[in-house]
Amino acid sequence: MGSKDYDKELQDKIPDFKEKEEEIPSAGSFDISSATSAVTIHGWKQILGIISVAVIVIGSWELLVRIFNVPTFVLPSPSAIIRALILSLPNIYTDFLFTLAELVSGYVIGASIGLILAALLIQVPFLEKIITPYILLLITTPTIALVPLLMLRFGFNIGPRIMAVALAVGPMVMINSVTGFRRTDLAKVALAKSYGASTSQIFLKIRFPLALPMINVGLLVGGIFGLITAVGSDMVGGKMGLGNKLSYYGSLARMDAFFGVIILVAATGISIWILISWIGRKWASWKE
Amino acid sequence: MFMKQIIDIKNVGKIYEGEKGLVNAIENFSMQVEEGDFVAIVGPSGCGKTTLLWGLTGLHNFTSGKAYVLEEEITKPRREVGIIFQQSNLLPWRTLIENIYFPLEIMKENINNYKDRIDELIEGVDLTGFNDSFPRELSGGMQQRASIVRALSYDPKILLMDEPFGALDAYTRDEMDTLLLEIWSKTKKTIVFVTHRIEEAVYLANKVYVMTARPGTNLALYNINLPRPRPEGITMEMAFFDIVADIKKTIVKDVQAKKEAGKYRSQEYSTIA
Ligand SMILES: Nc1ncnc2c1ncn2[C@@H]1O[C@H](COP(=O)(O)OP(=O)(O)O)[C@@H](O)[C@H]1O
Ligand SMILES: [Mg+2]
Repeated sequence: MGSKDYDKELQDKIPDFKEKEEEIPSAGSFDISSATSAVTIHGWKQILGIISVAVIVIGSWELLVRIFNVPTFVLPSPSAIIRALILSLPNIYTDFLFTLAELVSGYVIGASIGLILAALLIQVPFLEKIITPYILLLITTPTIALVPLLMLRFGFNIGPRIMAVALAVGPMVMINSVTGFRRTDLAKVALAKSYGASTSQIFLKIRFPLALPMINVGLLVGGIFGLITAVGSDMVGGKMGLGNKLSYYGSLARMDAFFGVIILVAATGISIWILISWIGRKWASWKE
Repeated sequence: MFMKQIIDIKNVGKIYEGEKGLVNAIENFSMQVEEGDFVAIVGPSGCGKTTLLWGLTGLHNFTSGKAYVLEEEITKPRREVGIIFQQSNLLPWRTLIENIYFPLEIMKENINNYKDRIDELIEGVDLTGFNDSFPRELSGGMQQRASIVRALSYDPKILLMDEPFGALDAYTRDEMDTLLLEIWSKTKKTIVFVTHRIEEAVYLANKVYVMTARPGTNLALYNINLPRPRPEGITMEMAFFDIVADIKKTIVKDVQAKKEAGKYRSQEYSTIA
């Protein structure tokens, strides 16, 4: 019989419907539900709880600094930090935009390449096994360590920083996407094949949606990694960026302005987290 | 009387190249199905029923023998043949109606041409009002009904069903069997229904093929001459019991003969050289 017409994947397998497919654990991957539920807020009691913790912590911080007259260069009070942040905003908003541009361009480049590479790599399981250790290496090596090298080669402008962000985001997106794509469900592939689906249809309509929750995890963690790398790269060299301002205020012992910048960075991180997990919950989450 | 053989399989066999060696799943199995027939295949689990249906669908090949659908040798999935799997196999990220449109989408058909037909089918299986529900929000019976609508949506001539109600509880299963007979008499499909429950096979089919334990091969063929439409309560009639008992005796005799000849193999994983 013309066995060449048949699909290799299905040739010697039929799914066992009784057992669930086993999940393949992978570095840098975790369950999307735990990631998104971290920002899911249920009811006013939880909101009240979260707010009261903030009020208590910030309140006692303010109180203690005032009572013991702690100098600003040791620990500024929250009110001093807010005042400094507002006052330095005209100075640092260009730095903020610079870091944001760095982050967004690096993120888009890194995430696209990571996703495309994952989709290509998964087609060749043998190649995947060879490349995965190197991706792991890229993940475990702090990309910031590469920044001096990149700056030496490409100058102190935004270019090498974008590269650094892309290098931090790409592998993270890639390894999680590979995990997602590997999660093949033979029964669903067979279903599509029984209607005559082509390889690209199977990819678009079965493998990709199956992988989406894991891709979203990669995008989420990649976003935070990207932010860390962007701020870190600013600290290494050049004259722009939030990280640069951190070094600057730190060297002047202007701790109030220093913490002001940190608040800005943290707010950016939380916004990224909320945005991407919101997108994930809207478009990339499904449950059996 | 001449009747077209819509399915004709001759001495098919399938040997899997499993991880622990070769596994002989089916051997020398033959079957003929006429247009409009309702054929059931019964056999113990592991005897190769799913393997057989996947071969008929063109999802994998047989390693020996010949298999024809509509007088053409099977080499790949065909539009005329639809399969319903052991579990509903709905896509969890799609709503019910999106799941039902899935085959048409794959076939690049204009869904508008099928809307009326599908609405009718949905009504027929009592799923009206659930179009926008996700599979996880539906009961097992509803999910399997949706998968039947999905299989019928593009109007295949032949419907292959692989223990479709095996995962359902006994009450729901009986309801689904009755519903299936209704659909069959309305749509005039040719149905090949696989099950390990002899009662279910006798209740549904015109012809029952009995398979041996693995490697699955023909043990017997029964023509079921119970009235159509099958009256309610037929499963409690003597005529029904007689046929079921007859089939069970055949199976027991076969197992005993093999045990005596030392050829009996239990169902667990065993390999051939
Ligand atoms: N990929 C495989 N490799 C080796 N053996 C297999 C494989 N798939 C199925 N089998 C064996 O083939 C036999 C027939 O399987 P199957 O068609 O699922 O039987 P049934 O549907 O009747 O329960 C079983 O004994 C099973 O263990
Ligand atoms: Mg089976």
